[in-house]
Amino acid sequence: MEEFTQILLLFFSTVLVNNFILVQFLGICPFLGVSSQVETSFSMGLAVTFVMTLTAAATWLINTFILEALNLPFLQYVSFIIVIASLVQFVEMFIKKTSPVLYKALGIYLPLITTNCAILGLALQIPLNNYGFIASVVFGFAAGVGFTLAIVLMAGLRENLEFGDVPKALRGVPITLIIAGLMAMAFMGFSGMISG
Amino acid sequence: MKQLIADFKNGLWKENPIIVLVIGMCPTLAVTNTAVNGLAMGLATSFVLISSEIVISLIKKLIPNDVRIPSYILIIATFVTFTDYFLKAFFPDIAASLSLFIPLIVVNCLILGRQEAFASKNPVHRSIADAVGMGLGFTWVLVALSIFRELLGMGSVFGIQLLGSWYQPMIIMILPAGAFISLGILIGVMNVISSREG
Repeated sequence: MEEFTQILLLFFSTVLVNNFILVQFLGICPFLGVSSQVETSFSMGLAVTFVMTLTAAATWLINTFILEALNLPFLQYVSFIIVIASLVQFVEMFIKKTSPVLYKALGIYLPLITTNCAILGLALQIPLNNYGFIASVVFGFAAGVGFTLAIVLMAGLRENLEFGDVPKALRGVPITLIIAGLMAMAFMGFSGMISG
Repeated sequence: MKQLIADFKNGLWKENPIIVLVIGMCPTLAVTNTAVNGLAMGLATSFVLISSEIVISLIKKLIPNDVRIPSYILIIATFVTFTDYFLKAFFPDIAASLSLFIPLIVVNCLILGRQEAFASKNPVHRSIADAVGMGLGFTWVLVALSIFRELLGMGSVFGIQLLGSWYQPMIIMILPAGAFISLGILIGVMNVISSREG
């Protein structure tokens, strides 16, 4: 029972308190690039969540059974990035075979996940925090949910902004950043939730 | 020579990676809470960018076209590992405060982007000029942003207290929310300046 509570705590603290985008600054590029429409940003969120969960499992296994067992910590970055790149490639082929509709919806965003720093950041945080296998998978899934939450909220705001009267100099990226700042402020409200 | 100077100046303003191309945002926002961190991050990224552009423009003919992206990432990851171990050995304080963001240079789109857009098509001397220009362009924006945030957030610059005890620090500026807002304002100001020039 205690373990279950811990896992639940880990889930909520990763989604809300340590949100990958708004608190840890991981995955900003897709957050700014793919957040103009709710629909595409939701698909992006789904793809990232999927890859994150698999990455968490795969990198935990590799780190524990290969890198730590053979004492090769200096190969961590190189091996993690290879794992992520091949995993994304695999997911792409898998989705293409099983669900062409989803494949079409995700389009170009799937291969771009490789260079999303949220994924590598997630892989690197697992050995730092000494998570077990189950905790790692939950951590990966929760990070993906947090990512989806932030990017969909942002897309909703930006869709409404289309009709707003924004000063010329702030149009595009600057106003998006300022909105993100206000959202980050709102998410700061969650920070006392878990520790208290 | 003229060509080299043009390549070099390109990254400083006209195609500045952060302000104009809006790439490499994660480290830009995350590590600019103090000027020292901003400068260290800028220099570390520039080092990786320059060394990998040199290597890739030298061996570009040997890399098969189909596997060029994985090969670039491997070369970049090697230099990042080198940088990481160097910082941990000689500047442990800076390495600790930058923590995750040093290994994340591997997936900084700025670095991979320049390999694909420049180093894989141009000779070594032009690649060096491009890398130095882009690196400096990245570094100066990071330093400017971090000076702004550190001054408002803590009343100091590079750790030296500039504003007296009368100043009430705006803690929000060194927190995540301040990062987004100050970068938004910075890019807005740059837009105003560029539109006046043009």
